[in-house]
Amino acid sequence: MSETAARPLVEVQDLARYFDVSKPLLNRLLEGGKRQILRAVDGVSFDIPRGRTFALVGESGCGKSTVARCVVGLYPLSRGKMIFEGVDIASMRTREAMRPFRRRLQMIFQDPYASLNPRWRVRDIIAEPIRAHAILSGREAIDARVDELLTQVKLNPRDGEKYPHEFSGGQRQRISIARALASNPEFLVCDEPTSALDVSVQAQILNLMKDLQRDLGLTYLFISHNLAVVHHMSDEVGVMYLGRLVERAPSKELFRFPRHPYTQMLLDTIPDIDMTGRQRQPVAGEVPNPIDPPPGCPFNPRCAFANDRCRTEVPVAKRAGEALVACHGIEEGRVPVIERVPAPVAA
Amino acid sequence: MTAPAAPGSPPGLLRRIFDSDLWYSFTRSWITMGSGICVLLLVVGALGAPVLAPHDTFDPATLKLMDAFTPPVWVEGGNPTYLIGTDNQGRDMLSTIMFGMRISLLVGFAAVLFSLVLGVGLGLVAGYLGGTIDALIMRVADIKLAFPAILIALLVDGVSRAALPRDMHDQLALYVVVFAIGVSNWVSYARTVRGTVMVERGKDYVQAARVIGIHPAVIMVRHVLPNVMGPVLVIATLGLALAILTEATLSFLGVGVPPTQPSLGTLIRNGNDYLFSGEWWIAIFPGLTLVVLALSVNLLGDWLRDALNPKLR
Repeated sequence: MSETAARPLVEVQDLARYFDVSKPLLNRLLEGGKRQILRAVDGVSFDIPRGRTFALVGESGCGKSTVARCVVGLYPLSRGKMIFEGVDIASMRTREAMRPFRRRLQMIFQDPYASLNPRWRVRDIIAEPIRAHAILSGREAIDARVDELLTQVKLNPRDGEKYPHEFSGGQRQRISIARALASNPEFLVCDEPTSALDVSVQAQILNLMKDLQRDLGLTYLFISHNLAVVHHMSDEVGVMYLGRLVERAPSKELFRFPRHPYTQMLLDTIPDIDMTGRQRQPVAGEVPNPIDPPPGCPFNPRCAFANDRCRTEVPVAKRAGEALVACHGIEEGRVPVIERVPAPVAA
Repeated sequence: MTAPAAPGSPPGLLRRIFDSDLWYSFTRSWITMGSGICVLLLVVGALGAPVLAPHDTFDPATLKLMDAFTPPVWVEGGNPTYLIGTDNQGRDMLSTIMFGMRISLLVGFAAVLFSLVLGVGLGLVAGYLGGTIDALIMRVADIKLAFPAILIALLVDGVSRAALPRDMHDQLALYVVVFAIGVSNWVSYARTVRGTVMVERGKDYVQAARVIGIHPAVIMVRHVLPNVMGPVLVIATLGLALAILTEATLSFLGVGVPPTQPSLGTLIRNGNDYLFSGEWWIAIFPGLTLVVLALSVNLLGDWLRDALNPKLR
């Protein structure tokens, strides 16, 4: 095997993205007050082998979407690297340098009502990447390709003449997927692609995405707050809390042996459809303000196992079994790890 | 939904206009219909003046000084040749109004187009790029807002008179007026467009275009611009009435269009001298035309604002 085959398609190293949320300079001078930096993402690392799915889960505001936007280059990174096939594309400063990579990584957005320009016909929306990257030329060739893409996402080629408002949420998400596929990408970043959809439609879209992954060999970065969806879709899972990865493990391992107390808490909240009599635990506490995170482990105010070390020292990710866990308690063996029966996924 | 037409044979333009929501709401109100008909009549009269006007007021050979100060036909001493009377030079009032409206409308449309292009362009750039450029453009706009439009127009006119040689100024007078009015009205476009762009910029379809790798300028023109044109159209319609009135004011003050190309404002100014000596029609009829024109355009603008606002549908 050559080296490129062994190397993951996507490597994210120590990715960080800070936002300056301070008041304008004039207000700061007049009213006092310091600069305020929001550390939306602070040192996240993972890699995704070709053809696999890596999922990021976490509560609202933990930085999942910011990671997605950094990875596709919508936000510049404050620190770290985003390596695509061995090339750090986050360090590229010009649009021209980015150009060859733009075609190869695409994004599917959360809200299918906002991600399609309401004034464009579906045919033109899907054809935009094809025209932008001059992948095909000539009206007939482009039309044929758009028809093919529409069929691929299980829509009718005649739908191309319509406008986005004539479609349902699920159909719009199919259009969104067709647009993302139009430039023949290898890597798709999916930012909560199903969370705006009905449950029945979610399953259809997820299965479509799985079929496309199998047929086209796509690599996914899958962002979701829905653990059932993540279980269904992913090969590896990263659990995010307050801008950091607290646990990273293969999907099977994570759902069977959740290690980090936060992961355990998340899994406890999954509805118990099988009526096994398991007591569901409500999510305790709230996510702290990321502008002013607690010292030490960011999870310590909500953690039942926190001790003095947790309140002062930031834990680093250490290997525990098949997982990478950033937790002093796991490292010291004070947090019990119980095997669970993963809830079967309806999807 | 109507069945999608086969590619290559879209429904005809007229069909689409009469099927549209806009046409429906237009026919709902007699005020709107009335304004529409008024504007249509006035515009046709103005554009068709060389053909439709009963007299050619620019041809000195046809002028009869003997006919000066003829009152309208329904007043004693009226002459059926001059339906609404003549002015101090014996020019047919109806014809001078038709020709004068040409100038008024021309200046109005040109000024609106000028401020629209300037305002929309600056608003797009300010809203999309943000930061320092945005702050700079909007502060200039604030300063501009601190001056009344007519003052800026007077200033531009004064500067151009001082800077340009006299014969050259007469040639360029029309352009100067257009520029003066256009410059004084661009802020409302810039502000509206900037606000809308800042909303649209954050939407996912713009982000999607960025991920595809479309150039920011192309995103602005092809994605953002069509979505901000609704409010711009409304402002432009209301702005047209404002521009026509500003031009009339400038011409009334004698700093607008040159006397060789009289607009409605020039006609009113001319008639103003005879208002108290009994020849009221010389000032009143151009004035009435101006009122009807500005009012109709304004009412159309109000209708357009409501019709394009999805919350009021």
